[in-house]
Amino acid sequence: MVKVKVNDIEIDADSKDNCILAARKAGVEIPHYCWHECLSVVASCRMCLVEVGETKPDGTVAMGPKLVPGCQTPIKEGTVIRTDSAKVKTSQQMTLELLLLNHPLDCSICDQAGECYLQDYTYKYGKAQSRLDEPKLQRMDKYHIGDQIALFTDRCVMCTRCVRFTREISGTAELQVVSRGSHEEIDVFPDEPCNNKLAGNVVDLCPVGALCSKDFLYKKRVWWLKHGESVCTGCSTGCSIHVDQNENKVYRVRPRENPEAQGHFMCDDGRFGFKYIHDERRLKYPKVLKGPEKVSAKGAKEGIPDDLSFGDAWPSVMSETRKRIQNAIHNDPSGFVAVFSPFMTVEEAYLLASTIKGFDARTRLVLGPVPVVGQDDLYPKGPKGESPAAGKVKFTIRAEKCPNRLGVEAVLKHFEGSVVRVESMPASAASAWYVVGGYGSGWVTEAVDRAIGTPSLLIVQDMFPSPLSERADIVLASGSFAERDGTYVNHAGLAQAAHAAIRPPEEARADGRILMELAGRTGLFNAMSLRKEIGAKVGELSAIGIGDLGEHGVRLTKFALAAGR
Amino acid sequence: MSETKKKKSVKWGEEPKLSVLDALYLPAIVSGLTTAMRHAVSGKPMTRQYPEVEPEIPPNYRGVHRLNRDEEGRVKCVACYMCQTACPANCIEIIAAPAPKDDPHWKDRDKYPATFTIDELRCIYCGMCEEACPVDAIELTSVYDLTGMTREEMIFDKEKLLSVFDQTVDSGNDPVRTNRGILGPASEASQKAKDAPPPPGRGRRG
Repeated sequence: MVKVKVNDIEIDADSKDNCILAARKAGVEIPHYCWHECLSVVASCRMCLVEVGETKPDGTVAMGPKLVPGCQTPIKEGTVIRTDSAKVKTSQQMTLELLLLNHPLDCSICDQAGECYLQDYTYKYGKAQSRLDEPKLQRMDKYHIGDQIALFTDRCVMCTRCVRFTREISGTAELQVVSRGSHEEIDVFPDEPCNNKLAGNVVDLCPVGALCSKDFLYKKRVWWLKHGESVCTGCSTGCSIHVDQNENKVYRVRPRENPEAQGHFMCDDGRFGFKYIHDERRLKYPKVLKGPEKVSAKGAKEGIPDDLSFGDAWPSVMSETRKRIQNAIHNDPSGFVAVFSPFMTVEEAYLLASTIKGFDARTRLVLGPVPVVGQDDLYPKGPKGESPAAGKVKFTIRAEKCPNRLGVEAVLKHFEGSVVRVESMPASAASAWYVVGGYGSGWVTEAVDRAIGTPSLLIVQDMFPSPLSERADIVLASGSFAERDGTYVNHAGLAQAAHAAIRPPEEARADGRILMELAGRTGLFNAMSLRKEIGAKVGELSAIGIGDLGEHGVRLTKFALAAGR
Repeated sequence: MSETKKKKSVKWGEEPKLSVLDALYLPAIVSGLTTAMRHAVSGKPMTRQYPEVEPEIPPNYRGVHRLNRDEEGRVKCVACYMCQTACPANCIEIIAAPAPKDDPHWKDRDKYPATFTIDELRCIYCGMCEEACPVDAIELTSVYDLTGMTREEMIFDKEKLLSVFDQTVDSGNDPVRTNRGILGPASEASQKAKDAPPPPGRGRRG
């Protein structure tokens, strides 16, 4: 720790900080474009020029004669930073005027407008008018940069964040700077587009509207978007994300900075892989399909067509579900099996487990299929696409394509004692099943199908129709990750809170709400109070008992000890 | 509040005292009847002869919207959503799309409105959309006689709004207005000019 003075505010900064980070700790913003915490320093945009001086042993302050880039200047004991002097302000104005020299005035059609650092900094530090009399340089847009990326060349301020990202984080080095001087442009080599698995991050990194996501292009102005804080369920890395939605439709998913989970970035599988939540094929109504008391989608009893009924099916479906589960358990307690999906949150797993075990302790709880695809994908890649050496890994896309295996396993271990996989069970292993899905794509493998067979009672709680939901007695339409509140425990035992961003389609309900009703609990599903309850009861999950997990989440005790924290 | 201040800030009005004559109300009745009779025998029509004679509409009247066309006849709107953002009645709905770049006619355009709908029934004709538009694409015209048989036909789509432009642009009453190149009163330059001392030897207004 070293003592630093920023605009007369004295703070303790880390000796490894640069001036921008030190000023940030003092609550002072030093504007910057090219500098990014995760990337190397180039000091090329000149936006962060500040006055820096040092405190002499006799207490006098000697300021440097020239302005220095804040991103490149390390601090030491007694460093004095000034960002509010006339000299600095004039420099910021001049830098912005130069950066905007050839920047087109097309904010009205630019997707970045509203979250653009050129707009923000011009408003805060710049001038309102340009003194350029010449026509602006116009350059061709490049839609060939990548499958998901378009480059609007004339908006670029040449910060080269994107170039450094492909060299340092993804290691694939597709993006280059071509030409010189005011003709500098970002480009790719012919027929070598930027299509690596982390390519979407360059759109977030771009501080202006030069690199845009083709997927999001012109879909929505950013000021309409509301940001839900959630966790990506694509793999067990569990990247913290923002779910950007408007009127119940998710338009994009962005990484949310979390040094505990993944850092600043996320992979394209997660970024563009959320679309299934708006799939037309989703289950939208609960139904009782078999048995004496059938209930149809809109709550009509047998014989009344759906379109004549305006009722809500849930109360009758849930009371029927509860009745049949109790009957089945009463007849054959050890023949009742509940299948837990690794896509469930900890709260949902706890609710289901405690309810089923509450009916009869002889019932069995098993873990559903855990999808694993290939090997862990490590970045930055070497020149030939090889994985980096251990200790140099900056980003990992994990092979385990589910968010919460560890969390669900912890609950199962508490209630069942051990974790049994449904695939390993013999054919037609039980007479009654409660199966929870929630996977993004088809998950009913042959082994699962065989193990479940055609039992006397099959209750399926899932998002999509599957062979199981077709022969189920009761189908409960559940919610996707964007519709759930709860906790996910990632590969490293980090428990993160996810918050619902949208409402489920039509009559579908988030799993927590369904299970609250199944459990016969009063009140609404509240993840926070459930976490406190789980923390007190399930030893392995005691760390989440604090309730509010904060932005970055908390590590489970076992893993925190292993990591030496 | 002190008693003196109250006295200063509040003005008390007193009812005028009626004289005996006024209290009979007869002079007022006679004067009213005189005015009525004067109009009755003058022979001049005192009502507007609408719809045979249409009124003259002032140029700042805010009537039905139109979407302007550019020099090439394309819709001028660039789908920036500023009008939709500014609209206090929530009556504008735009769906943007990338301009058809393969078409040479659209080569110089990036984004355009695939659909542009205004609910004329929901609109309160405040003119905020026109004020917000950065490309002078949406304007309120002096067309005031907006009628329809159903709610659906009062929801104007892009084609309908462009046809309003075709009808009104040459009428003389609705020229394309623009503030382009003129800085608003909140701009830095305007503020500076306002705060600066008057130039020597001349008054503030030259």
